[in-house]
Amino acid sequence: MLDIQNISKTFNPGTVNEKKALSGLSLHLEPGDFVTIVGSNGAGKSTLFNAIAGAFYVDEGSIRLSGEDITFKPEYRRSREMGRLFQDPMRGTAPHMTIGENLALAYLRTAKNQHAYFSRITKKDLAFFRDQLAKLDMGLEDRMKQPVGLLSGGQRQALTLLMSTMVPPKLLLLDEHTAALDPATAEKVLNITRDVVAEHHITTLMVTHNMHQALELGNRTLMMDNGNIILDVQGEQRNHMTVNDLLEQFRVGAGKNLDNDRILLS
Amino acid sequence: MLYIIQTALELGFLYAPVALALFLSYRILDIADLTTDGSFTLGAAMSVTVCAAGHPILAIPLAMLSAAAAGFVTALLQTKLGVPSILAGIITNTGLYTVNLMAMGWTSNASLIKQRTIFHMFRDLGIGGSWYEIILAGVITVAAALLLVAFLGTRLGLSIRATGDNRDMVRASSINPTFTITVGLCVANALTGLSGALVGQAQRSANVNIGTGMVVIGLACLIIGETVLGRGSMLRGALSVFVGSMIYRLIYAVALSSKVFPIEAMKLVTAIIVALAIAAPSIKKWAAFQRRKAAARAGKGAE
Repeated sequence: MLDIQNISKTFNPGTVNEKKALSGLSLHLEPGDFVTIVGSNGAGKSTLFNAIAGAFYVDEGSIRLSGEDITFKPEYRRSREMGRLFQDPMRGTAPHMTIGENLALAYLRTAKNQHAYFSRITKKDLAFFRDQLAKLDMGLEDRMKQPVGLLSGGQRQALTLLMSTMVPPKLLLLDEHTAALDPATAEKVLNITRDVVAEHHITTLMVTHNMHQALELGNRTLMMDNGNIILDVQGEQRNHMTVNDLLEQFRVGAGKNLDNDRILLS
Repeated sequence: MLYIIQTALELGFLYAPVALALFLSYRILDIADLTTDGSFTLGAAMSVTVCAAGHPILAIPLAMLSAAAAGFVTALLQTKLGVPSILAGIITNTGLYTVNLMAMGWTSNASLIKQRTIFHMFRDLGIGGSWYEIILAGVITVAAALLLVAFLGTRLGLSIRATGDNRDMVRASSINPTFTITVGLCVANALTGLSGALVGQAQRSANVNIGTGMVVIGLACLIIGETVLGRGSMLRGALSVFVGSMIYRLIYAVALSSKVFPIEAMKLVTAIIVALAIAAPSIKKWAAFQRRKAAARAGKGAE
């Protein structure tokens, strides 16, 4: 599905601020994999996501998605096949456009004919949006004409999730997408995430700072440090793992304790 | 009185597309497009020149097309070549001065003496009596506004709106902001060009300074309209553009006929209206802060 070969990225090369954010990282995902990623501050988790999504081009190495080489494909073209959620719920939706218009945008952009610039939303599409919104169980289906700016952070994040997965993407990137929400809302958004990913078998990468979540969700866990993957567990080994095992493994792999100012151990 | 209202309506319709263009570029795309002055003049120059050559109807789309090309240059400068957006508009605008002179045959004035304009052609249809100019200007500009509103509901239109609303979102969606900004600025300048073209034929003349200050006047109309009607849907936005344009031209017509202040002062008045309207949130914030400070001081004094 996703095949990353030996990618490297250095920011501000040749200056005092030079920072090697990714160093020779390789990763292979099978279709339907749900991978959680943990790591210390500055380990390169978000940089890895940016590299996959195409926010910048990697200095070395290659990235393939479903067999297609996307190493030099621009970000806006990759995003037709990738959904992405950020920690900040404000980043995924347009606040002055209505819920319906935001959904229309997400829906039309994944349309088969990419040159149908003048296509519009039909009654049938609207009914479909209503059904989809009802699934979120947040009462948004009755507020389709309201601007998204009136929604709470949790509602906006749930809406962004819906926009990214309404037409199932090949790959879903979740960058601590529940970290900015209150615990109850975070739980709700996480449950929706679990359901949506399971329903469409979407290959998913999720960064989290919640160690418990990292082991409980998905089928595989990666630990990152210093621009590379230092631990990759799945299957039987992962099933028996506790949070303490995970921390111990990190210490062995990285030669230091896991250092993340937002880490949640429970 | 009737004359004043007629003048306000006519000018309101004729200049409304400029405010509509700024609604698209400034309000929706969040870009202050300073090409506006130059593309208005270009529209008028093209319209008068082509009309003088005997093609009054063809003059309108040609004027819009050339103004759209000016918008394209501005868009190219800011999206692909890294020129800051305000500067991109100023550069295009400066270059347009020469282009506009060229479009009028290297003179600073072009006029229509005996040639028929679209307004004559419409008058000869016998519709509207003495209101014929207002009716024709109204029909054309309202149609342009409705087309714009319909366009903003299409996939491309929604993408343009998202580009101005949340750049972060656009970067992570499959929208190419270079493309949406380019299309947006081309459409906006085409509208400005339409206004210039209509004004040129209505006045039966164009000169190289006809567009001076047009961007601020357009903004004034937009802001006045939004103050009256409030912001909301795209349709309300388009409607407020017309209302604002009418009110602005009414003030203009009253000033012109009653000599409350000399008409030469109109640009200064316009500039003050726009500056105050855009500064209003900051002024309100400052005033609220001063009140809080005063209240805190008064509280301490009472203790």
